[in-house]
Amino acid sequence: MDGLIGKRAVQFPDQEEWAALRARGAEARARALANLPDLLIRLEARCRANGMEVHWAETTEEANEEVLAILNRRGAKHVVKGKSMVSEEMHLNDFLESHGIESLESDLGEYIIQLDHETPSHIIMPAIHKNRKQIARLFGEKIRAAKYTEDVDELTGIARRVLRRKFEEADAGVSGVNFAVAETGTLFLIENEGNGRMSTHVPPVHIALMGIEKVLERLEDVPPLLTLLTRSATGQPISTYLNMITAPRSRDEKDGPREVHLVILDNARSRIYADPELRTTLRCIRCGACMNHCPVYTRVGGHAYDAVYPGPIGKILTPQVEGLAHRHDLTHASSLCGACVEVCPVQIPISSLLIRLRKEASSGGVVKGAGEGRTRAEAFTWAVWKRIHASPPAYRVVSWLATRLGRFVPAVGPLKAWTTVRTKPRFAHKTLHELTREEGVPDV
Amino acid sequence: MSETARGRILERLRSASVGAQRAERGAQVKQPKRSRDERVVRLRTMMEAVRTEFLEADRESWPSTVLAFLVSIGAKRVLHGANLFSVAPPDSAAVELVPYDKPIEEWKTDMFSNIDAAITTTRGGIAETGTLILWPSPDEPRLMSLVPPVHVALLDTNKIHDTFADVMRDENWAAGMPPNALLISGPSKTADIEQTLAYGVHGPKRLIVVLVS
Amino acid sequence: MARPDSVYFFGTCLVDLFYPQAGLAAIRLIQREGVRVIFPQGQTCCGQPAFNSGYQDDARAVARKQIALFPGDLPIVVPSGSCAAMMRHHYPALFEGEADHAAAAAFASRICELTQFLTTLGIELRDRGEPVKVAWHASCHAMREMGVGDEPKSLVRQLSNVELLELSRERECCGFGGTFSVRYPEISAAMVSDKAADVVATGAQELLSADCGCLMNIAGALGAKGVPLRARHVAEFLWERTRER
Repeated sequence: MDGLIGKRAVQFPDQEEWAALRARGAEARARALANLPDLLIRLEARCRANGMEVHWAETTEEANEEVLAILNRRGAKHVVKGKSMVSEEMHLNDFLESHGIESLESDLGEYIIQLDHETPSHIIMPAIHKNRKQIARLFGEKIRAAKYTEDVDELTGIARRVLRRKFEEADAGVSGVNFAVAETGTLFLIENEGNGRMSTHVPPVHIALMGIEKVLERLEDVPPLLTLLTRSATGQPISTYLNMITAPRSRDEKDGPREVHLVILDNARSRIYADPELRTTLRCIRCGACMNHCPVYTRVGGHAYDAVYPGPIGKILTPQVEGLAHRHDLTHASSLCGACVEVCPVQIPISSLLIRLRKEASSGGVVKGAGEGRTRAEAFTWAVWKRIHASPPAYRVVSWLATRLGRFVPAVGPLKAWTTVRTKPRFAHKTLHELTREEGVPDV
Repeated sequence: MSETARGRILERLRSASVGAQRAERGAQVKQPKRSRDERVVRLRTMMEAVRTEFLEADRESWPSTVLAFLVSIGAKRVLHGANLFSVAPPDSAAVELVPYDKPIEEWKTDMFSNIDAAITTTRGGIAETGTLILWPSPDEPRLMSLVPPVHVALLDTNKIHDTFADVMRDENWAAGMPPNALLISGPSKTADIEQTLAYGVHGPKRLIVVLVS
Repeated sequence: MARPDSVYFFGTCLVDLFYPQAGLAAIRLIQREGVRVIFPQGQTCCGQPAFNSGYQDDARAVARKQIALFPGDLPIVVPSGSCAAMMRHHYPALFEGEADHAAAAAFASRICELTQFLTTLGIELRDRGEPVKVAWHASCHAMREMGVGDEPKSLVRQLSNVELLELSRERECCGFGGTFSVRYPEISAAMVSDKAADVVATGAQELLSADCGCLMNIAGALGAKGVPLRARHVAEFLWERTRER
């Protein structure tokens, strides 16, 4: 990730510009969220007036059914997909396959991992966990008439050849949405490869999937967020393509889809929305900078999170969506170093939200599964800790004992974990309290 | 199902709207102010950095410049918009000019398999990021800048704006967006294999901008 | 900040139990500048361990006791960026909705990180030590929450016989993170091993930091590898090299 960290840094040479720009980005996202229900209604009305069809789904199951119904109406059997994290939430490919519909990923990274029956390990670079040798072997095995090559240009050429045919023959295209502007009813798709444009312009039907939080109030909100996104994500001043879709093919147009469907998915977002602090989670524009800069993510990789969204954003999103009972462990998989907070282009206070979720897990609150992360042993430990540290006489006794006897404590429990790669911490012979008393440092 | 879902989602959002958090509106990001010539240079520099090629021509000479280029790369069949040429283009035995004059359904395979290049106009450019603005139309449909492996784009050097925000505001895009609008900032590319940059993955492998002044 | 006549010193629990010499050195550095230092004997811990673990009620109970020990409006100097950040930036939120929120917020606004405080005092350091090469570990919370930038390094650079070497990944976390280091020992171990390797690669003879959590973590990893490299709190280093003998 060092390369990406460097590339991003080059894109933000001026700290003042960065501060002003991210403030604008955060403001645009916060304003959109503050007016979310109204903006969604306005977006829906504009999109319908533009000739799109709009569908709503509370759950991923409902979203899948909506997509299936659209495809079935057209008798569609072959679907090409642009990159969409919402479709990953839905496990749309598996769902469609189970209904006899081929759903082919066309983003090169997504195509590679789909060939190997995997899920993305990064939201921007889904196949970052694979090296070219693995990809060369995979293509050799899975693609007919593909010669074995480790040359990246040649591998890319093989994928181009296969996927061009698929675009040409597809009955429908599915895409995500980066921003949906309520003012004009326009869907914005950001990409470098052109597969998104292929998926949204070549087949006769286009289905766009978006989470309810993706809406923006005004067109003018797009430029600052676009530049924040591409610079933060991959260190590019802009992506190769910005595809702005406002309507299906008009009467005189010679190409473009005849139907455009927008599926608006909730999937726990409206629950997250209920709490003003947790709501900041929904500002995310999915740039992935938090992952690239995370010392944990860069060491464990995306699959270790066992979640659709890995890395810091995943650590706050997944427990809120799936519930703290099963996923509160994710909130602890952070040293709270704040590297993610520092680079987040929309100022999501990820560290604070992690602490909030830890509190919800142990002490109850509003998040699904709140209080279910509490264990008796842990609660007892902290109760004892409090007793000692809220009482100067108790602390004096314990710290005296620790400095006299602490070195004899055997390396068990947490200390065992600590000492796998470290020496045991050595207690001092006297505490600072004692030394200051001896030195005559006044205490009032 | 969709209607019930809609009602429930909106109801939950509405019941939560109290205590909405607002962020401070950031200061205006300082705008570069470039002269016309500086804008041309900036656009070209930015686009060349992502392997875009450039030709220069004037209002009269561009058809012969473009055709000469197409011949030089061995393009045989070249797609163009129905009203691209105000006067008949120079005859070339080597290049067949194909107007986009029928719906895609009638010739999809032909377009995917047998078109070597396409020539389109552009609505303008953006200097800051090195970007072309295209508003596809019945005359110049959406796929022209996507499917053929070579895209030749004519850019009027008087129509290069400083930033995306500028052009949106100056042309009042909010008043009405076309069915499809595009920003294009280079040939198709990917870095999905080992973060190694490769060009021409799905869209055009080559993008040639003809600066027309 | 105007130069105060007196300040409070909040030693932190890690300094108290593991690095008391660092605390004493910090106090002496401040005293040498003609500022009276008060060390309330009832102090214990800022409450961060429980706070970061999600036990806010326990953290608040401990925090409340600390606040009561530091009346008035004197600055409170803390020789740890992390504990300082806890008290300066997280106390107000921790006491949100509590009757003593205003008192907590007022207390929070008086918190100063040690190296920033020494810098505002305009401290001048005269090196009396042997030539030595040192590396600096900038802790995450000092950098990102307290906004500590070049201050500690500038203090070290005042010493004429000290060569300050840069880590290749100065801004990366050492992997301590309090309970993180024992909840996710493998990840924490990977992080601290990389940090230790980075330190060794500089060729430094000593590692300095202003955060004892990081120091204990990195020193532990260096020790386990058998690297003969001393890790010290910057206050102790500055005091040892500049005190009159």
